[in-house]
Amino acid sequence: MIYLDNAATTMRKPDCVVAAVTTALTTMGNASRGAHEESLAASRMVFGAREKVARLLGCRRADHVAFAANATEALNIAIAGTVNAHENVITTDLEHNSVLRPLYRLEAERDVSLGFVRADEHGRPVYDDFERLLQPNTRAVVCTHASNVTGDVVDLRRVSAFTHEHGLLLIVDVSQTAGCVPLNMDALDLDLVCFTGHKGLYGPQGTGGICVREGVEVRPWKVGGTGVSSFSHEQPPAYPTRLEAGTLNSHGIAGLSAALDFIEETGVETIATHEAALAERFLGQVAPLDGVTVYGDALLADHAPRTAIVSINVRDYDSGAVSDELSQVYGIATRSGAHCAPRMHESMGTAERGAIRFSFGWFNTVEEADAAAAAVREIAS
Amino acid sequence: MALEKRSALVIAFDSTTDALAAERELGVRGVAGRIIPLPREVSAGCGLSWKAAPDARERVTAVLDEAGIAWAGAYVLTI
Repeated sequence: MIYLDNAATTMRKPDCVVAAVTTALTTMGNASRGAHEESLAASRMVFGAREKVARLLGCRRADHVAFAANATEALNIAIAGTVNAHENVITTDLEHNSVLRPLYRLEAERDVSLGFVRADEHGRPVYDDFERLLQPNTRAVVCTHASNVTGDVVDLRRVSAFTHEHGLLLIVDVSQTAGCVPLNMDALDLDLVCFTGHKGLYGPQGTGGICVREGVEVRPWKVGGTGVSSFSHEQPPAYPTRLEAGTLNSHGIAGLSAALDFIEETGVETIATHEAALAERFLGQVAPLDGVTVYGDALLADHAPRTAIVSINVRDYDSGAVSDELSQVYGIATRSGAHCAPRMHESMGTAERGAIRFSFGWFNTVEEADAAAAAVREIAS
Repeated sequence: MALEKRSALVIAFDSTTDALAAERELGVRGVAGRIIPLPREVSAGCGLSWKAAPDARERVTAVLDEAGIAWAGAYVLTI
């Protein structure tokens, strides 16, 4: 089997991740729920994981890294915890439903108005739209770091300059970039960064979180047990406890912590270079094929930096049919359909049939990229 | 068997994260002590506190302050 669906989840994890979860399952108590050695073992591990996330993503304070179940939960925390009734939010057509649905819910329930920065036919954000969409009551910009459909990376420096010029909050979804695109939230002046642990960070599913810039107030999205201030009716105000009601997924976080060690030792640049080389090699073989349409701006001279994603369609075939053929006949795992990014597909004219997404990871090889390209060649012929 | 009570320094923290940061910093500096559950005599703070010898206050707080680790209070208690 050739696994090319790393943008959905990195299926193969480093061995150290598997070992860390296994050890945690038999040695760790409940983090922040006591001072016995088993609880402290979990607490220390979680504390260390916060520091590693903070280092990787450029969050100044490790205690402002709060863990969550995934990026979707983190984005719900960020959006519901900062946007108030009757305010306006600017977002983009590139977004995943993990951003769109929390915003649509605010639109329906809190009279929040939404403005969408358009994606052009190549899926690139129309940056001039940010100024055009600005309203007197605009509170925040919610923006992905890279499209999960095309892989194109958004110019966060430009978005950040806009938000800070106008005193807006900037919430960034780094689901597609954490671990494979260098990022420093402090240097870029990002306010809230939402990440998932199971994609480019190579951790277990069920891990993720939010990095909060010092001074940014986020209302708790959920409240409950924290192991501290038990007689208070309110959620404790200090980060990260403020955003972490209930027992953490410490077993998963143990795996994530080991994965972060792996990334730190390997190097984000090294990972990015390897993955990009595979994507480029695959793209170079399929783009010239008769009947293959490539999405995004990858073939343009002034293309944006991008993650290791290549999305295509073949002839007039349904993307699901091609993905199924790749799976059943060639043993190649890809992702077809809308990728939970409806506005992006509408912008690119692929709302009806979606696209086939090939996404490369650290454990993929040149041979696998070539085999995938050969399969596409056969299907297109 | 009755619990034996002795005088001890107790440092309280606002968050578990601060307590764990303190534990590591004090460990690195070789300052004796350990994490214990917050004694009931201390009303403010998270569930974890640092217990050390009763005369260690100056040394412990100096290390924490130098490392920029926030602490909520220092108490000498018979616990």
